Amino acid sequence: MLGLKRDKKDEEDGFSLNPFNNLEKTSVLQEARTFNETPINPRKCCHILTKVLYLINQGEHIATTEATETFFAMTKLFQSQDVTLRRMVYLTIKEMADLAEDVIIVTSSLTKDMTGKEDMYRAAAIRALCRITDSTMLQSIERYMKQAIVDRNPSVSSAALTSSLHLMRSSGDVVKRWVNEATEAASSDNIMVQYHAVGVLYHIKKTDRLGVSKLVSKFTKQSLRSPYAYCLLIRIATKLLEEESDGRDSPLFDFIETCLRHKSELVIYEAAHAIVNMPNTSARELAPAISVLQLFCSSPKPTLRFAAVRTLNKVAMKHPAAVAACNLDLENLITDVNRSIATLAITTLLKTGSESSVDRLMKQISTFMSEISDEFKIVVVQAIRSLCLKFPRKHGVLMNFLASMLRDEGGFDYKRAIVDSLIGIIEENPEAKEAGLAHLCEFIEDCEHTVLATRILHLLGREGPRTPSPSKYIRFIYNRVILENAAVRAAAVSALAKFGAHCEELMPSVVVLLSRSLLDTDDEVRDRATFYLNVLKQSNKALNSAYILNDCTQCKYNKALNSAYILNGLNVSVVGLERALHSYTQEPSETQFDMKSVPLATQPLAEQKAGAGLFGAEGQQGAEVTPTAKAPDKVAATRQDIYAEQLAAVPEFQGLGPLFKSSAAVQLTESETEYVVRCIKHTFTNHIVFQFDCTNTLNDQILENVTVQMEPTEGFEVLSHVPAASLPYGQPGITYTCVALPEEDPTSVIGTFSNTLKFLVKDCDPNTGEADEEGYEDEYVLEDVEVTISDHIQKVLKPNFAASWDEVGEDYQMEDTYALSTVKTLEDAVKNIVDHMGMQPCERSDKVPADKSAHTLFLAGVYRGGHDVLVRARLALDDGITMQITVRSTDETAAEVISASVG
Amino acid sequence: MGQWFSSIFASLFGQREMRILILGLDGAGKTTILYRLQVGEVVTTIPTIGFNVETVTYKNLKFQVWDLGGQTSIRPYWRCYYSNTDAIIYVVDSCDKDRMGISKSELVAMLEEEELKKAILLVFANKQDMEGALTPTEVANQLGLAAIKDRKWQIFKTSAIKGEGLEEAMEWLVEALKGAK
Repeated sequence: MLGLKRDKKDEEDGFSLNPFNNLEKTSVLQEARTFNETPINPRKCCHILTKVLYLINQGEHIATTEATETFFAMTKLFQSQDVTLRRMVYLTIKEMADLAEDVIIVTSSLTKDMTGKEDMYRAAAIRALCRITDSTMLQSIERYMKQAIVDRNPSVSSAALTSSLHLMRSSGDVVKRWVNEATEAASSDNIMVQYHAVGVLYHIKKTDRLGVSKLVSKFTKQSLRSPYAYCLLIRIATKLLEEESDGRDSPLFDFIETCLRHKSELVIYEAAHAIVNMPNTSARELAPAISVLQLFCSSPKPTLRFAAVRTLNKVAMKHPAAVAACNLDLENLITDVNRSIATLAITTLLKTGSESSVDRLMKQISTFMSEISDEFKIVVVQAIRSLCLKFPRKHGVLMNFLASMLRDEGGFDYKRAIVDSLIGIIEENPEAKEAGLAHLCEFIEDCEHTVLATRILHLLGREGPRTPSPSKYIRFIYNRVILENAAVRAAAVSALAKFGAHCEELMPSVVVLLSRSLLDTDDEVRDRATFYLNVLKQSNKALNSAYILNDCTQCKYNKALNSAYILNGLNVSVVGLERALHSYTQEPSETQFDMKSVPLATQPLAEQKAGAGLFGAEGQQGAEVTPTAKAPDKVAATRQDIYAEQLAAVPEFQGLGPLFKSSAAVQLTESETEYVVRCIKHTFTNHIVFQFDCTNTLNDQILENVTVQMEPTEGFEVLSHVPAASLPYGQPGITYTCVALPEEDPTSVIGTFSNTLKFLVKDCDPNTGEADEEGYEDEYVLEDVEVTISDHIQKVLKPNFAASWDEVGEDYQMEDTYALSTVKTLEDAVKNIVDHMGMQPCERSDKVPADKSAHTLFLAGVYRGGHDVLVRARLALDDGITMQITVRSTDETAAEVISASVG
Repeated sequence: MGQWFSSIFASLFGQREMRILILGLDGAGKTTILYRLQVGEVVTTIPTIGFNVETVTYKNLKFQVWDLGGQTSIRPYWRCYYSNTDAIIYVVDSCDKDRMGISKSELVAMLEEEELKKAILLVFANKQDMEGALTPTEVANQLGLAAIKDRKWQIFKTSAIKGEGLEEAMEWLVEALKGAK
């Protein structure tokens, strides 16, 4: 071809290796006008088409008019009978089908080619035709498509079948009519045609479960020639098995199992893969599949070895015992010349192996760590991490290994995976803490990633002061203050301050070090140093705890607040704070701004999992620890802020004060009843507002003046109803009921409310929605709503629980001991307590270490009205579970209420 | 200059394919005529969405014949294929009396195109085998062919199904093309 020749010439001339490098769209489109000339020069036109295709595939934007012009010029090329050129034209038609307009102009020409004698044209013409056809045009070529599907030429038949699959998306109804032809094609001798035909049949029947299972049972009985078709059937059967519940006795499972003895390796692998990935397989069902994979492990074909070891690796955690049977074969793969296979083999062994084999495997990994790519190194890191959790006693070897990996070259993702793992290990395993911190200290000495350095510094600040010899970390941290960029310096200053606050003997030294940062060139570093220095000089434990150790403590010392600090470490909703400050400045008053009027930030659930200490310090932004304030772009209005705004718009609720907490929605009806109602509880300082989201599912009714009548428990008083004026079919409406909390007895805060939906029904025309004039009163009984203790408490995370515990003090302390009879394990007990209280577990105390008979749970929260509440629950397992619970609060009522709620 | 041109042309005329468009309303019989000319047989056709292009050899002359679809939706695209056209075969269904007016206006609009100024016009009064077909003269009158000046044109009575009239038309076309150059 001309193109190839030119390539060569260009290379010789040394211009560039890619002859298309400097293509320009306008000049190529200009060249495309050559297509209009007669006679046609096929070689030249082929070359121009190649250029057009290259441009399109490089993502060059071709405007519709340009594309249409080029497309119509290209249609002239149909006069040439040159085979190569015609095939290039097909390719270009497919690429331009969506760019140009009126592409149907080539329909007749393509129809002729697909039915013509030239076999070289037929399959490609079908594919091109189906790209330019819409569902209206499809009717006119339907006859030819049906013929093509059953054509004797396999490439034509396959092309028609695969095109049918694509057409499914736009004109499924038409393709469904081709089921007879597809069925005929499914009995073809050609393996590809059979595979494609089974695919089409499946997609035609996809929405009809019965149809699909008939299809599968039909093909499982008659034996197919095509291994690809078998693979497809296995996948379909697996999907059916997932959906149906009658377990492994199904003939589908038998079919998959017989496929394990198929003669094609492809099918065997597919079947084994399907079985090991099924949920809840028994050891007996698993065994044949695993032994097949085991066989593949010693296959001479690298693809089979890779597939087998990869599958084993994936399921190693799920079926450790079954995979362990392959250990011997996996051992052999460690020395495989293919490093990907070797890595997967080792990591699989690490997952399944015993504690004693760890040392040997680690030694083997280290011999080829330098030869594998970063992605596989990350696989190794993750394997080591899970190993560390499994064998806590091996942390020494494993941590050393991670540390040496940390010293090697590697990209950011790789380093982050290692640091994540080290931090994870430190948090899970207290014994590993000191060694881990030492490794991390060494790492930040030479760390080019600011994000990692700040994260490690934050961790050092949190964990370091509580180690036996905190002083050894000071040097590492202070080095950062001298050597690093502003973001890291700021994080280092914060970390230093924490050492000063926590360890009295270090205080003087820290003060000296901090004072050196007072003249830092960066504002944030200077501000932090000044602030921390002043707090430390007060030598006041409570202050230290509030402002340095727990800088996300909800703050009560509003007189001392400065605005920099507010953003730095308050656990309030930033959007809410902004709104409150705005209204304060709008209406100046003599009283000081009250922080308690600002709604608390809700703890995002996902963040808890990430671990309390993992939040990187974004030094420049000044947002450090609070999850919600972590990054400025996250300061979007939360769900609660949206509710607060909605409620503020209702005039009846003006006097209720700030919104304290909104509960999750509770369904008060079945989901398929006439009226669907769900309830959200909004807690205010002395009131609860019940929000009922109602939906009318009857299209011949309009409801008006909809309210919910509540029958409260004693003490509660229903104050007002805000009705939903009209509730047409399908459009949700909201009605509110406001309830005052009992005044006489502030400790009775929980209760049950029975509810009735009351409304005026008007019949209406389902089509027009026009309602009758007259209506009648009706009511509908809803399920009860419970107000529990957790509605009165907002979760707050205290990173340093002990300091907060001392800070709140013993003034209002309640203590009591209970026997928990209903739960059997510590885990369940912890989970029940956390759910019941609705408070935030601190110090990762919601995780119960294995094999322990006693555990202490720390919970923190804020009680309605803004009072800190801390709970310490000591649990002991012995026959039943005994719990000693201690509640501390800054408010007597709060302590009483919570302590009472346990009983 | 004149001599140089004609000598070049003489050598070209042997090789250069003459470009012919077959146009007309839908159902007039254009595709049937195309394949009658090419393979000499009647083929079953479906409405042409787009175009068919074939090479037709007549008396050692090669014609590149474009048959463009006649449906209302496709007529706007005719113009994309006007350039370098030597002759137009305009096919009329002689039985379709109701649409003679439409056929006329399409013809008139086409003849006004600058790119077709030099093209020779052949009108085929087709479907003469059918009962109640208009005679060529009647068709010529209905189309207002008499008004055409500055252009070589001729009307033929044809039946594509029976193959009548096509021979004479091609004969005339060859002579006309020779004369035009």
